[in-house]
Amino acid sequence: MSTLHAASSALAPGFGAKGVGFESPGPNDFDLPAFFHSLPWFTKPVLIVTLATLVVAVFYWAAARKASVVPSRLQFAGESLYGFIRNDVALDAIGHEGLRFAPYLATLFSFIAVNNIAGIIPILQFPATSHIAFPLVLAVISWVVFLYLGIKRAGFVKYFKDMMFPPGIPLPVYFLLAPIEFFSTVIVRPVTLMLRLTFNMFAGHLVLLLFVLGGEYLLVDLGNRPVGIVAGAVSIFGSIVLTFFEGFVQLLQAYVFTLLTALYIGGALADEH
Amino acid sequence: MTGSLNMVGYGLAAIGPGVGIGLIFAAYISGVARQPESRGMLQSIAILGFALAEALAIIGIGLAFALK
Repeated sequence: MSTLHAASSALAPGFGAKGVGFESPGPNDFDLPAFFHSLPWFTKPVLIVTLATLVVAVFYWAAARKASVVPSRLQFAGESLYGFIRNDVALDAIGHEGLRFAPYLATLFSFIAVNNIAGIIPILQFPATSHIAFPLVLAVISWVVFLYLGIKRAGFVKYFKDMMFPPGIPLPVYFLLAPIEFFSTVIVRPVTLMLRLTFNMFAGHLVLLLFVLGGEYLLVDLGNRPVGIVAGAVSIFGSIVLTFFEGFVQLLQAYVFTLLTALYIGGALADEH
Repeated sequence: MTGSLNMVGYGLAAIGPGVGIGLIFAAYISGVARQPESRGMLQSIAILGFALAEALAIIGIGLAFALK
């Protein structure tokens, strides 16, 4: 990369020089220190996940506590959210059996959404789901649920036989199809579920960091150069716009995770196809 | 300027999913335009396709950080 280094120094003297270089944000920015030395596990993501659990639990508890025919505002909010997941995700993607899974899916959606949205809430400003451990656990739960349901419905051997050897295909194709089907259902599904959520949050947070830290560098550290002031202002303004975009992505990813879980459950429960 | 060429590779790799996601939503929009009542059914299919195409980009960024 030394040629690039030389090129950038030639284009903009001082930019690549020693001591003034901009240190771009990277994976290390996700390695947050513990709050207290005596509790090394108590870091910001742990705090956010704990808060998110409390927020979701208290919200649904408070919304359902005094349920009445004429709903209060809180009850209306809780019912809208739950009704959205029940009707538009559970019943649409799974079918009439989806009613059983509506509580799980609603919990999943709310939990992921709150954890993601922590990425744009001032002070917290860190999406806990960008640490792979949390999506990993959620993906493993979804994986176990849909495999369990599929095996329970069809039996162990028949479930894998239906998955790997769908009828009506010429014999030689099975040599190719069977491993691909097995691989895509048993391995790719949970891994992509996990990676999609993690890296969407990871990349989103990284982009926000880049715009904010880049803007700070251009405005403050570069000294009063006109170019730096203008570019820094654009960068800071861009970070505000991107924050709203990030909020949209965070809700969308919670929805996608829930919808895919529902579709996998629906596929495991569906009859022959 | 220092850094990893992996990131350039990732930028190139993101073209594919980008085009794919564009095609998916183009098909979704024209489908809804032709038959507005099919919106609900098409929406979940479109989101599913979007998620599957996006998985490639996501795997790409994961590997861009993992492979040194």
